[in-house]
Amino acid sequence: MIDPITLITALIATSTPILLAAIGELVVEKSGVLNLGVEGMMIIGAVCGFMVAVGTGSPWLGFVAGMAGATALSLVFAFLTQVLLSNQVATGLALTLFGLGLAALLGEPYAGIIPPPTSDVFPQAMHAIPVIGPILLSHDIIIYLSVALVAATWFVLKHTRVGLILRAVGENHDAAHALGYKVVRIRVLAIMFGGACAGLGGAYLSLVRVPSWTEGMTVGAGWIALAIVVFASWKPWRALIGAYLFGGIAALQLRLQAAEIGVPVALLDASPYLVTIIVLVVISSDRSRAALNAPAALGRVFHATS
Amino acid sequence: MIRLIKRPTPSRGWIVATPVLAVIVTMIAGGIMFALLGKDPFEAIRIIFLDPLFDDRFAAYSRPQLLVKAGPLILIAIGLSLGFRAGIWNIGAEGQYIIGAICGAGFGLAFYPSENVLIFPGMVMAGALGGWAWAMIPGILKTRFRTNEILVSLLLVYVAEAILASAATNWLRNPDGAGFPGSRNLSRHAGTANPELLANTGMHWGVVAAFIAVIAAYVLLNKHVLGYQIKLAGQAPRAARFAGVNPTRLVLLCLGVSGALAGMAGLFEVSGPAGQISIDFNVGYGFTAIIVAFLGRLHPVGILLAGLLMALTYIGGELAQLMMGIPASAIQAFQGMLLFFLLALDVLSNYQIKFGREAVT
Amino acid sequence: MTALLSIDGLTKAYPGVVANASVSFAVQPGEVHALLGENGAGKSTLVKMIYGLVKPDAGAMSLNGAAYAPAEPRAARAAGVAMVFQHFSLFAALNVAENIALGMENPPKPRDLAQRIRDVSETYGLPLDPGRMVGDLSAGERQRVEIIRCLLQDPRLLIMDEPTSVLTPQEVEILFHTLRKLAAEGTAILYISHKLEEIRSLCDEATILRLGKVVATCTPREVTAAHMAELMVGKSLAAPRRAATEPGAVLLDVRGLTLLPASPFGTPLRDVHLTVRAGEVLGIGGVAGNGQDELLAALSGEVPAPGAVWLEGADVGRIGPDARRALGLLCAPEERLGHAAAPDMSLTENAVLTARRRKGLDRGGFVDWRGARVFAQEVIAAFDVRTPGPDVAARALSGGNLQKFVIGREILQDPRVLVVNQPTWGVDASAAADIRQALLNLAQKGAAVVVISQDLDELLEISDRFCALNEGRLSEPRPARGLSMEQVGLMLGGAHDMHDVLPAEEGAQ
Repeated sequence: MIDPITLITALIATSTPILLAAIGELVVEKSGVLNLGVEGMMIIGAVCGFMVAVGTGSPWLGFVAGMAGATALSLVFAFLTQVLLSNQVATGLALTLFGLGLAALLGEPYAGIIPPPTSDVFPQAMHAIPVIGPILLSHDIIIYLSVALVAATWFVLKHTRVGLILRAVGENHDAAHALGYKVVRIRVLAIMFGGACAGLGGAYLSLVRVPSWTEGMTVGAGWIALAIVVFASWKPWRALIGAYLFGGIAALQLRLQAAEIGVPVALLDASPYLVTIIVLVVISSDRSRAALNAPAALGRVFHATS
Repeated sequence: MIRLIKRPTPSRGWIVATPVLAVIVTMIAGGIMFALLGKDPFEAIRIIFLDPLFDDRFAAYSRPQLLVKAGPLILIAIGLSLGFRAGIWNIGAEGQYIIGAICGAGFGLAFYPSENVLIFPGMVMAGALGGWAWAMIPGILKTRFRTNEILVSLLLVYVAEAILASAATNWLRNPDGAGFPGSRNLSRHAGTANPELLANTGMHWGVVAAFIAVIAAYVLLNKHVLGYQIKLAGQAPRAARFAGVNPTRLVLLCLGVSGALAGMAGLFEVSGPAGQISIDFNVGYGFTAIIVAFLGRLHPVGILLAGLLMALTYIGGELAQLMMGIPASAIQAFQGMLLFFLLALDVLSNYQIKFGREAVT
Repeated sequence: MTALLSIDGLTKAYPGVVANASVSFAVQPGEVHALLGENGAGKSTLVKMIYGLVKPDAGAMSLNGAAYAPAEPRAARAAGVAMVFQHFSLFAALNVAENIALGMENPPKPRDLAQRIRDVSETYGLPLDPGRMVGDLSAGERQRVEIIRCLLQDPRLLIMDEPTSVLTPQEVEILFHTLRKLAAEGTAILYISHKLEEIRSLCDEATILRLGKVVATCTPREVTAAHMAELMVGKSLAAPRRAATEPGAVLLDVRGLTLLPASPFGTPLRDVHLTVRAGEVLGIGGVAGNGQDELLAALSGEVPAPGAVWLEGADVGRIGPDARRALGLLCAPEERLGHAAAPDMSLTENAVLTARRRKGLDRGGFVDWRGARVFAQEVIAAFDVRTPGPDVAARALSGGNLQKFVIGREILQDPRVLVVNQPTWGVDASAAADIRQALLNLAQKGAAVVVISQDLDELLEISDRFCALNEGRLSEPRPARGLSMEQVGLMLGGAHDMHDVLPAEEGAQ
């Protein structure tokens, strides 16, 4: 039988890398930029984090390195799309292709190594508390941080002037420019935030989730993060729900495979992707909602003529 | 400070020159990357770009490989370029390639051990149909529910890989294979083989199909109303609607054609160079073809040249791995870098660049 | 008295064009100063420099006697300069209060801001609900958002760029009262327009720009509109002429056209009826955003309208744009770049856009490029399109020249019915006159012409019958001859919900 409590505990850990990447991309898209390079930034984060954690023995330095590496990659995207005005779709794809290649290159000597462990926040004794213990108290700090990040993103977007300006830039960059806001600067900062989040998610994947380095280990997590942003209609709390829903499917299918209940393995392997597609279809078929919440300037090139 | 001034008309000179410039800059940056890896950059670049064609030790093997590897890249990239021009982003060609290969191989193996001459053409049809059907999923979801085709087509790659794993280990597994994963070898069986047509050229039916696709795409884009409508829809969607272009039809057409061509490419690969359906017969041509399409400026002739160049980096990369111990993944990073530089330099076609503050005139 | 704003020798050049050449003038406190000029005369560049969006190449400005060189709009706002944009700088998906907060340096807390918005809108007779989404507002209401955004900062200089193009004549009157009240309180207003009668009724002084240079200054009340027009255009233009003709058979018949908007902030069409006869020009007036785009899309076939659009007795509501063109129903939409023409395509390629069927440029699915080039050259020659040749990209042409090309492309296909939306928007006066004459000539030859426009003077000049589009409803048509502006304004919906707060002061002025 599948124990619901261990399943919930597992799904939270499974979801966290995707949640982190999704919340970063949500902010990027709110500023009107579509960065399809999430997968590439995640894997760069995974490899940079892994290398530094193994090299220094500190997982925390690893997380910082993961964020730094992915932010550096996101700056390439920012320079190309915001300064040289390249096509965002093509540049995002290039970011992913380049990131996957570079990560494989950097990570080659690290295959088969075990990274230093990441400690949990609360003492082991508290994990034993029934239900609440495993579900709420048994995690490492990055998981609590990811939920805090969702709350912070929600608060900033909804209730602060910074959030208002960010939404304004994503809604109508020409008007924001006419009012004197620095569209390019704001967008570059948003892209860097997205890079840092994706990098942290990637580092979490290689240092905690798996934990080891293998080539191409993100297996589409970045793309699923992009899908979750659409699912969430650009609302932070709904991104949390989306990520946990996906994590739940992924955790459940692994248990079903182990249980050998007769469902074809190929179908179970593919189920997280299939569920993501189905959810995307359901969300996008609701015409009014999808159109209303999407940042109106998403993916459009901004060139100040004056 | 850099300032960009939009050109009234895109510069024709730069449109041709930027890909060449991008290749040169990538060579320099790649050289730096190899130097950082502790390899001699000049030797590495020479081995990747020159030795496969001109070094007597390798050319006999490498020259035919150029067409073998360029064939699928060109075939897939031609299909993708139509969609990219129309603003329809099929980035799941890798999945369509896999499904096409499975369908085509499955068709051929269903008639095993017959050697009827109609089997191979049937396999090609089945491969094209398989890729077409796989691409129709994002197509129909986009036209019916406005679902983003980028995400759906990409996510379906992972689904296709799951199906491939199941096919190779389970329902297409060679019954005489002693339990090893992988199908019967198609290329060694007369009824299902996609043979080398001219000895030592690498020319197989997939290469022929790629050349036909280049010519057909050229005619379509330059002479036919449909090609005009594709370009119009990509540049000015509202003007396209005003001109009477049906967006639904265009989405299905572009996705369908690119899927069918990718599926055919997959079939030609499993029945020829790869030989059989195996768990990892696909080597990422579906993704590399995206680079080929952009590097070729979405122009059929450009894609032909870009496909040959990208094939060269594959062969040269293998050679560099053999001769210098440069990791295979370095080539993937190299290809990604090429796309970066191309996109960055693209700015020269559409904008004039001025340095310094705004000058007082 | 020292001038509030004085401008001395401002110059700004762009590649290939000098937008402003040594422009000088001064605005006094409490003065309503008109900046008058044609499209392309350099008015927009000039006010962008005053508002800190563009840096001048040469010249100096001073505000209240102190040197003034705003590096960015924020600095301009801090110095007391506010601006209402022609193309609004608003965010459709944000609410009124958020939009206003974005235009302020230190906005108060949301609750206090909402109260201040209510106060100011009450004081100046500009009703506005701070919680409403801007995308749901009419064009007139959006302008109120912009004006209130400016007023909340107590500006000393208020710049208004073509503010009346989105208002009915009644609403214009109320706006003028608001502006006069502001001026009486000491605020200077820089009023940009090309509408002469408005300037004569509102402004104290006028500076006239032509091709980037100041060509004259005058006191508008003391000169005639015709005199100002001549200064502005540089020559006198002939009014369009046509011989009187008897209208023929009904060519276009729209019956009960009801349409939901395609975009979330669009306008629905509600039970629209209209008929147009051969040889007749029907003018459809209305403020922007009242369903003009939707009506054109339904007539062109971009949006299907089953059973509602009849051409010469046949139902064409179901068929697409191409098939309608083949039957003789042609259209020219408002947006030239991106809708009527593809910006990056050559004029030859743009000729194929609509003329493929009627000009036989489709040879069994293949494009006859040679024929297309010949046709593009015909249009260029017949409509005096200034361009190096048909191989130039559409975006390289000026607004007026591209509009002549677009209209010419349709007219040279001999339409049975031609529907045009905003045929002279953003076009210089001499090109506008040419286009109007061409439309009249087309009607003269027996075609039915529908002109949708916000320019009421234009409609009254060329229409046989006039009707108004207001919130997606079309009024009963009336003969255009003898229609007064007052009557036209009432047809357009009058003052909507605006109310005049200062009826007494008008008499005082």
